[in-house]
Amino acid sequence: MIRKAMLALLLGTLVIGLSGCGERPTKIYKQGKYQGKKDTQPWDNEQFKGDRMAWENAEKARAQNENEYTRVN
Amino acid sequence: MARMKFLCDAERCIVCNGCVTACKNENEVPWGVNRRRVVTINQGVPGEKAVSVACMHCSDAPCMAVCPVDCFYKTDEGIVLHDKDLCIGCGYCFYACPFGAPQFPQDGAFGLRGKMDKCTYCAGGPEPNFSQAEFKKYGRNRIAEGKLPLCAEMCSTKALLAGDADVISDIYRTRVLRRGTGSEIWGWGTAYGRPEKAASPQGGK
Repeated sequence: MIRKAMLALLLGTLVIGLSGCGERPTKIYKQGKYQGKKDTQPWDNEQFKGDRMAWENAEKARAQNENEYTRVN
Repeated sequence: MARMKFLCDAERCIVCNGCVTACKNENEVPWGVNRRRVVTINQGVPGEKAVSVACMHCSDAPCMAVCPVDCFYKTDEGIVLHDKDLCIGCGYCFYACPFGAPQFPQDGAFGLRGKMDKCTYCAGGPEPNFSQAEFKKYGRNRIAEGKLPLCAEMCSTKALLAGDADVISDIYRTRVLRRGTGSEIWGWGTAYGRPEKAASPQGGK
């Protein structure tokens, strides 16, 4: 019984002690190159379903709302 | 599609700060951070001008050049964005930016400088479109909804234009031709003088 307890204590100490030896993967920076997460394209969603032209046309139509000469006349 | 840009018509801006308020509300920008500001030049002097300034999404962005962890990227549409998970809050981008666009939340203890925050052109950031993570870190993604930045869409006098550079240039050009003034505000001649005047002959044959 004491032997089992000693063994468990030893194993526990080893697990806790060795956990400090773990190494997390290091990020190696490459100067001048974006290192972050990849972004999704604005047309990759349910609304545009990957259709880039549809998205561009929507943006251009929206921009024309800023042109009061076409809105008023 | 060319490049998404902002253009502020100084002849029209009435300093209502609607763009600032719209930006803060739409993106739930924290206290102390202003992604957009209205700057008045020659305030109180007749002929004063005001321009609404935020990140100009530079074609050759200095913030991208100086970032030591390379957390900036440019989308296919020319929008300059950054990954907040990588940002270390060093502030180099703030010193490099000629417009003072990068902002740093300072709500922590001991003047802690948090991760950089700036105008995203209402295009979110490197998180899945419309996700909670994207909204929390970067704000609303109106671009993926086929809309334009709210600051420009809210502008009551349409001084602030946003959209494809070619499209908004056309709008501005039409406006300048109609009213007959405003084109001289911007450009080399305004900044450095007009070379044809300096080189004009003085009493020569």
